Amino acid sequence: MSGHAVSSVLAQFGRFTLFFGRLCAGVPSVLRRPRLLVEQVHMTGALSLVIIMLSGLFVGMVLGLQGYDLLRRFGSTESLGTAAALGLLRELGPVITALLFAGRAGTAITSEIGLMLATDQLAAMDMMAVDPVRRICVPRFVGGVVSMPLLAAIFAVIGIYGAQLVGVELMRIDAGQFWSQMRGAVEWRDIVEGVVKSLAFGVACSAIAVYEGYHAVPTAEGVGRATTRTVVTSSVAVLAIDYMLTAVLL
Amino acid sequence: MNPVDGVAARFESVGYRIGDRTVLDGLDVSIARGRVTALMGPSGTGKTTVLRLLTGQLQPTQGRVLVAGEDLAQLDRRGLYALRRRMGMLFQNGALLTDLDVYENVAFPLREHTDLPEPVVARLVAMKLEAVGLRGAARLMPSELSGGMARRVALARAVVMDPEILIYDEPFAGLDPIALGMVLKLIRDLNHALGITSIVVSHDVHVIGQLADRAVLLSGGRVVADGTPAELASNPDPVVRQFMAGAADGPVHFHYPAGPLASEMLGEAP
Repeated sequence: MSGHAVSSVLAQFGRFTLFFGRLCAGVPSVLRRPRLLVEQVHMTGALSLVIIMLSGLFVGMVLGLQGYDLLRRFGSTESLGTAAALGLLRELGPVITALLFAGRAGTAITSEIGLMLATDQLAAMDMMAVDPVRRICVPRFVGGVVSMPLLAAIFAVIGIYGAQLVGVELMRIDAGQFWSQMRGAVEWRDIVEGVVKSLAFGVACSAIAVYEGYHAVPTAEGVGRATTRTVVTSSVAVLAIDYMLTAVLL
Repeated sequence: MNPVDGVAARFESVGYRIGDRTVLDGLDVSIARGRVTALMGPSGTGKTTVLRLLTGQLQPTQGRVLVAGEDLAQLDRRGLYALRRRMGMLFQNGALLTDLDVYENVAFPLREHTDLPEPVVARLVAMKLEAVGLRGAARLMPSELSGGMARRVALARAVVMDPEILIYDEPFAGLDPIALGMVLKLIRDLNHALGITSIVVSHDVHVIGQLADRAVLLSGGRVVADGTPAELASNPDPVVRQFMAGAADGPVHFHYPAGPLASEMLGEAP
C-alpha cells in the first residue's frame, strides 16, 4: 500500500473517531428529550421486527436440522435444545441481527441523513443554530444502540422456537428433554455474552451508518456510495468485533 | 425607505482560496443596516462563498468578516450559534425538513430554542404563516407544496425568531411570474415593516432593480460595481454592461477555455 493510501485511511479513522466523540458528547442531550429517542427506536427497532423474526425462525429451523444431524452421529439428539440455545444466544443471535440491522436500518439511516445533507436540510438546521449532529445524528445513534440488544433477544427467542419446531415436532425428540437440558446448561454468562456483543454491534453499526450519511458526497451517486459503504463497513466491523469479543469473553 | 443607522456586516479585504484557485480576492463590502443589499454576478463568481463566509459556514483565508460587530473567526460554536439566532437564511430550494409538516417546520426553531407553551407557539406560527399567505396549508407536508409555496414556508420559518439579518440565496430562481411576484412582495414587506437587514443573492437584474436599495456586482472574486441599481444600469464598465444587458459574449466569455476547434475536428491530439 502506498504512503498516500495509508495516510488517507488514517485520516478517515481520525475523522471517524472525532465524529464518534461528538456523538457520545451529545448523548445526555438526547436523553433529556426522550420523544426523539422513542421515535428512532420505532424507526430502527420496531420497523426491523418482521425481517428479524422471519430470519430468526428460519435460522433456528436450519440450526434444528443441522444440529439434529450432527448430534445423531454422537447419539445425543436430546442435547439439541442446548446446542441451539447456546448458538443463538451467544453467536448467531447478535451477529445475524447486526448484519440484518446494517442492511435494513443502517442503510435507511445513511440514505436519510445523506439526502438531508444533499437537500440543504442539515445546513438549514445549522443556520437556525441547531446542531445537526445533536438533533439528527445522536438520536439515530442512541436509537440503534437501544434497539440492537432487543432485536437480538427477539431473534434468539424465535430461533429457539424454530429449532424446537424442527427438533420436537418434526424429528420427534422428547420435548421434556429438549427444554430441561437447555435450562440446565444455559447460564447467565451466556446471556451476558450475547447482550455485550449486541450492544457493541449496536454502537458500531449505528455510528457507522450515521457517520457515512453525515459525510456523504451530497449527490445522488454520493449517497448511493455512502449507503453501500455502510453495509460493507458495518458487516466487516461486526465480524471483526465478534472475534475479538468471543476471544475475550470465552 | 428605512433609515440607515449603521453597518450590519462588513467584509474587510476578504480572500478565499481553495487549493490554488482564488475564489475571492480582497473583497471589501459593508452591508447597511435595515436596507436591502443585492449581491449579483455571473455564476461561479463566488456569491455563494460570500454567503457562507457571512454565516460562518466557511472561514476566510485572508481578511476578516464582521457581523453585528463581531469577528466570525474569533467565535466558537456557541458564539456562532448565538449570533445565528439573530440571522435567518432562505435557502434556494427552501430546505424544509421533509419529515415535518408546514406547521412543524415553522415551529421548529421555537421548539429548539424556547420553552414556549403550545398555545403561544401555535399563535406565533399562525401569524407567520398568515404573513406568507399559507395559514391554510399548515398541515400539508413539504412534498405537497409547489416550489413557490415551499419558499414562502421557508421564509415564514426564517422570520419566526424575529431575526435582525435575513439572507436570501437565489430566492427567485425557478419561480413562475406569479410566485416570483409574491416572494418579491414578501421580501420588500418584511424589510419595510420589520426593518430587517436583507441580503439577496440573485442573477435577476430586472427583479433586483425593483427590490434592492443597493447592488454589489461581483466578478472574478472582486467587486466590480457598487451602487443603486440605477447607477449600475448606467455604469460604463464593460463587465457591468455585459451583465446588466445579459449579453452572451463580452469580457466574460461564452466559451470555457479550450484549444483550437479546427485541430480537434481534424482529429489531431489536443
